[in-house]
Amino acid sequence: MARVETMPVSHTGKKRKARMNAVSLPTEVVIHIVLILFCLICVIPFIFVGIISFTSEESIREIGYSFLPNKLSLQAYRYVFDLGDQLWRSYFNSFYITIVGTFLSVLISALYSYALFRKDYKYRRFFTIFCFFTMLFGGGLAPTYMVCKNLLGLSDNYAALIVPTLLNPFNVIIMRTFFQTSIPLDLLDSAAIDGSGEYHTLFHIVLPISKPGIASISLLTSLAYWNEWFLSMLYIRDAKYFPLQYLLMRMQNQVDFLVKNSSKIGPEAAKIMRDLPQESLRMALVVLIVIPIAFAYPFFQRYIISGLTIGSIKG
Amino acid sequence: MSDSLAPTKTKGYHSAKRKKTWALTSMVLPGAIWLVLLRYLPMFGIVLAFKDYQIYTRAPTLFHNIQHSEWVGLKNFKFLFTTTDSWIMIRNTIGYNALWIVLGIVIAVSFAVMLNELTNRFVAKTYQTLMFFPYFLSWVVASYFVQAFLDPTRGLISNIQSNLGMEVTSWYNDSKPWPVILTIANLWKNVGYSTVLYLAAIAGIDTTQYEAASIEGANKWQQVWHITIPNIRPMITILFIMNVGKIFNADFGLFYNVPMNSGPLFPTTQVVDTYVYRALMATSNPGMSTAASLLQNVVGFICLMGANTIIRKLDEESSLF
Repeated sequence: MARVETMPVSHTGKKRKARMNAVSLPTEVVIHIVLILFCLICVIPFIFVGIISFTSEESIREIGYSFLPNKLSLQAYRYVFDLGDQLWRSYFNSFYITIVGTFLSVLISALYSYALFRKDYKYRRFFTIFCFFTMLFGGGLAPTYMVCKNLLGLSDNYAALIVPTLLNPFNVIIMRTFFQTSIPLDLLDSAAIDGSGEYHTLFHIVLPISKPGIASISLLTSLAYWNEWFLSMLYIRDAKYFPLQYLLMRMQNQVDFLVKNSSKIGPEAAKIMRDLPQESLRMALVVLIVIPIAFAYPFFQRYIISGLTIGSIKG
Repeated sequence: MSDSLAPTKTKGYHSAKRKKTWALTSMVLPGAIWLVLLRYLPMFGIVLAFKDYQIYTRAPTLFHNIQHSEWVGLKNFKFLFTTTDSWIMIRNTIGYNALWIVLGIVIAVSFAVMLNELTNRFVAKTYQTLMFFPYFLSWVVASYFVQAFLDPTRGLISNIQSNLGMEVTSWYNDSKPWPVILTIANLWKNVGYSTVLYLAAIAGIDTTQYEAASIEGANKWQQVWHITIPNIRPMITILFIMNVGKIFNADFGLFYNVPMNSGPLFPTTQVVDTYVYRALMATSNPGMSTAASLLQNVVGFICLMGANTIIRKLDEESSLF
């Protein structure tokens, strides 16, 4: 166990003095073992599913899912790319709702929280309560569903996957707290004296110095949109609008879904159906969904943590 | 700010102020309209809990349907409580939540304290990143992970059982093991998140307290017990109150996707949220569904207020409001 006694940097990034009274070596070893075990539990399911996706169908038939398959194969991925019409469609849908949804959601939240941050805003109190009351009380699933579907026409369109989660009071709290801690009031004063309008102040002075806050809520929101399947389950019947997560959910009981929605028809489709590497194919899809998150998340972790920390403390 | 604009309240001052109010109100407006349409309008739909919802065939708009549906008083609630389903789902919801609140605090606080004691920050950071990973995955993805182990014919555990000559458990038909499976799944996904929150709270502790304690001769355990824990107590309290406030709400994805919506498992997997969904979509009974979610809302509100009051009595500073 290498002991680094040079000024450790804490998680918030601020330096702190090296603690002279570190835990004893045996204790530290035990701690490492416990944490390594838990970390393994956290990542092994993903690795396991990854291995299954590269396992040949015969091997699965013979020995089931295994960490040590008899034979590896790229079959599943070949099928995914070969009959991927529905898959690419869903990939596009997921990216589309993530990008458009995040942009709109962050814009609306930033505008709303900026007004709540301004102490001199006349209706500040009213709109603060107006927003946060919805965290405590709501109409419930059935009334919300009926309003969305029957009144607002959120059914089988992209809006149905974006609009119902546009504003999250949690994000308003995060953004308002960010403004409160990072925007000096003098700055607003001097901007007003210089004749800067409210929108100009917000977009050209306040938001540029609130980038970490914007990053936090953008990442949390895009993660929520990327992982979205509940709204699809409620409002989407047409496979044209299925995002990845919902496609995956439907594949749980209907593996043939991909074939049915591909351009392949007739005997060709029947042949594909017969040789379809069902098991590995589904796991390959799981891998393709998780990969973007797995690669992006370590880099953005910092912003997500700061957002979640603020949200949980102030909320 | 307005003082610096114009110290004397002239006509110009008033119009500038009005202009500012208008500008800020226009900023609030998109969000406010969304709140009205998607949060406040559905609240009127709560009347459904007291009605026998029928489609009004002559003009089947939502408003007409509700208007022409018959008032039935508390019949929906009475029905909810006469079935055994309701007892099961209430027991499951509160039981799982209570267990997970306690387990979550104990495990996450322990992990945070352990991570904080590690001398190699890079290693600690790596552990943190790895254990936070499941939080970013959806329950749909997680359900495939579970299936990889429990699938009746190909799952890893089923295979180990059959290789050892044991009887293979039919995991998706036998409700008994599910309290354990769901608990593991929940901890797997959420412990990393809480650990990170507690770790942030620990990082904020003034380190001179530890130095003083170690000079006084306090060992590591005493330091953790008398310095770390009291310092992060507000954080523990806040998360505790928030979770108690949500004790009647369950994580829908966990209870719906991970057991694969399997009927035989309902005795241990049905919770209020899945009931609300199934009553609406599977049995298309919006009245019952609304009754259940209204009950959920009211009980949740009372729990939150109750937890906050108790905490305030014990320790004024830690309470939420």
